[in-house]
Amino acid sequence: MKKQPVIILTDITKDYASEDMVTRVLHEISFRVNVGEFVAITGPSGSGKSTLLHIIGLLDLATSGTYFLHEKDVTKLTEDQQASVRNNEIGFVFQSFNLLQKANVLDNVVLPAIYAGTGKAVRETKGRTLLEKVGLADHLLKRPNQLSGGQQQRVAIARALMNDPSIILADEPTGNLDTTSGRDVMEILKSLHKEGKTIVVITHDASIANQAERIVKLRDGRIV
Amino acid sequence: MDILELLKLSINALKVNKMRSILTMLGVIIGVFAVIVLVSMGSGLKKYITDQISGLGSNLIFVIPGQVGGSRTPGGQQTNKLTINDARRLDTKLKAIADVGPVVQKPSTIKYKNKTDKQVSVLGTTSNYPDIVINAGTTRGVYFNLSQEKSGAHVTVIGKTVQERLFGDGNPIGEKISVEGKKYTIIGVMKKRGALFGIDQDNAIVIPINAATRQFGVDKVNAIYLAAKRPELVELVKKQARQALLQRLTEDDFTLQTQEQTLNTIGSVIGALTIALGGIAAISLLVGGIGVMNIMLVSVTERTKEIGLRKALGAKRSDILSQFIFEAIMLSVTGGVIGIILGLGVSVLLSQVFLSEVTPWSVFLAFLFSVAVGLIFGIAPAYRASRLSAIEALRYE
Repeated sequence: MKKQPVIILTDITKDYASEDMVTRVLHEISFRVNVGEFVAITGPSGSGKSTLLHIIGLLDLATSGTYFLHEKDVTKLTEDQQASVRNNEIGFVFQSFNLLQKANVLDNVVLPAIYAGTGKAVRETKGRTLLEKVGLADHLLKRPNQLSGGQQQRVAIARALMNDPSIILADEPTGNLDTTSGRDVMEILKSLHKEGKTIVVITHDASIANQAERIVKLRDGRIV
Repeated sequence: MDILELLKLSINALKVNKMRSILTMLGVIIGVFAVIVLVSMGSGLKKYITDQISGLGSNLIFVIPGQVGGSRTPGGQQTNKLTINDARRLDTKLKAIADVGPVVQKPSTIKYKNKTDKQVSVLGTTSNYPDIVINAGTTRGVYFNLSQEKSGAHVTVIGKTVQERLFGDGNPIGEKISVEGKKYTIIGVMKKRGALFGIDQDNAIVIPINAATRQFGVDKVNAIYLAAKRPELVELVKKQARQALLQRLTEDDFTLQTQEQTLNTIGSVIGALTIALGGIAAISLLVGGIGVMNIMLVSVTERTKEIGLRKALGAKRSDILSQFIFEAIMLSVTGGVIGIILGLGVSVLLSQVFLSEVTPWSVFLAFLFSVAVGLIFGIAPAYRASRLSAIEALRYE
């Protein structure tokens, strides 16, 4: 099978300007991720790996460089178009889960579908199916804080899958979890990979990174 | 996102902080409530006074001694130069187009056997008085006739209050009462007329004008009523009456006032009063609006992380903007509706005991105002929320 790149970053730099100085956190990063690949980005804290993931996920903008996603130059998109890309093509999994505490599990999962304009019946059926898939079929109406960390992260994964994105971006998905829960989460990510999703995981944990097909190491904003 | 999603979202958000939402609404509730109640009271007052004055007859023109706003003697009282002869001259001149009724009025003490009624208004007037003043007819007995008027017969038509005080349930017709020592035979009882500006109009008796001038030793009249025979004659009557009066008197000696003028004057005073009261109430609505804005700003700051997450998951700027504007509108409209219900309730209750008339426009205006308050004071916080950068908002702790 011919490997097709889905993410192509070329000479990406990112500067943060404070009052009196400019800090460059990413130095001309060029790297690709192929369709269906499972990539781990590792590096010590401060190496710029989170920033890189945010740029890939269109949560942050690069200072310079080009970024093609599905052969589209996404750096030229308007803010609303970028929101639409985040909504349809990317699923996020965060270290701190980022669930809405005031909403129940099902409502959390269907949130991306609301912004996609999916009807209530359709999205709730989909949400139930996804929660079943991550083993939380019995917890639909619970609040996130009634669940364990591992369960909350599985809710977040279900949410990431809501609009059937081809890419899953996970920022230290096991960072706040115990070993067992962390293993469960990684198993889910691996099974998603088998289903054909492109997965990019950020971690500073070698045992996590080793489960990926390919490891990209960052140090001081450069790929090493 | 469609309206239904927004509605659900904003209701949930408001439910999360129930106490806070209710307190914020309270500002709008009080504002809307105050607008409706005060405007209702204003229009109630206007209606009451208009009804009272129209009750006297709409074709009526008053000739009052002195000039309203004119020069006064150092004593403060203008000298009354309007006499019974002026009334007679007006009667001759205006016979074809108006009924003329001079009135001599004096508060007196009335006695019947051992009962006394003080401060009764004794009205000396002509026999055509019931034709001039609406509702001045009799329920019992008759009015005095022209010959009794001319001869100054000692006959009287008494008011309802006087009848009740002196005779209770008994029949007063044919009985004699004494007005400051002079006996009068009761020939009729007037219809109940109620109070005008708080003065009981039924605490009065009517006697022939010639009896009154003799009784009180006066030839001056307190007023001359001119009742135009048709509404369109009012202006003509006014003009001819002025000409007739100016033959003997000067402009400063009398004032001609039509019912319409009186109504206009009072109407504009009360209208201004209503607007002023409504304006003050509207200020409280404005304060309520600032409360909405304040709480929405707090809410946006508190929910920065939520906003970041929603954006990360694909919410567009407009989605966030409408979410927060909708929340603000929900707050103020819910408050507005509660305020309207309370305001209507109180206005209706008030109308039972006091002057209050619910006007649809004030309800509509109050509702519109509360929507506008939500919209106007919701825009700034919502705009701020929509401009947040997704990643910075997500990082916010």
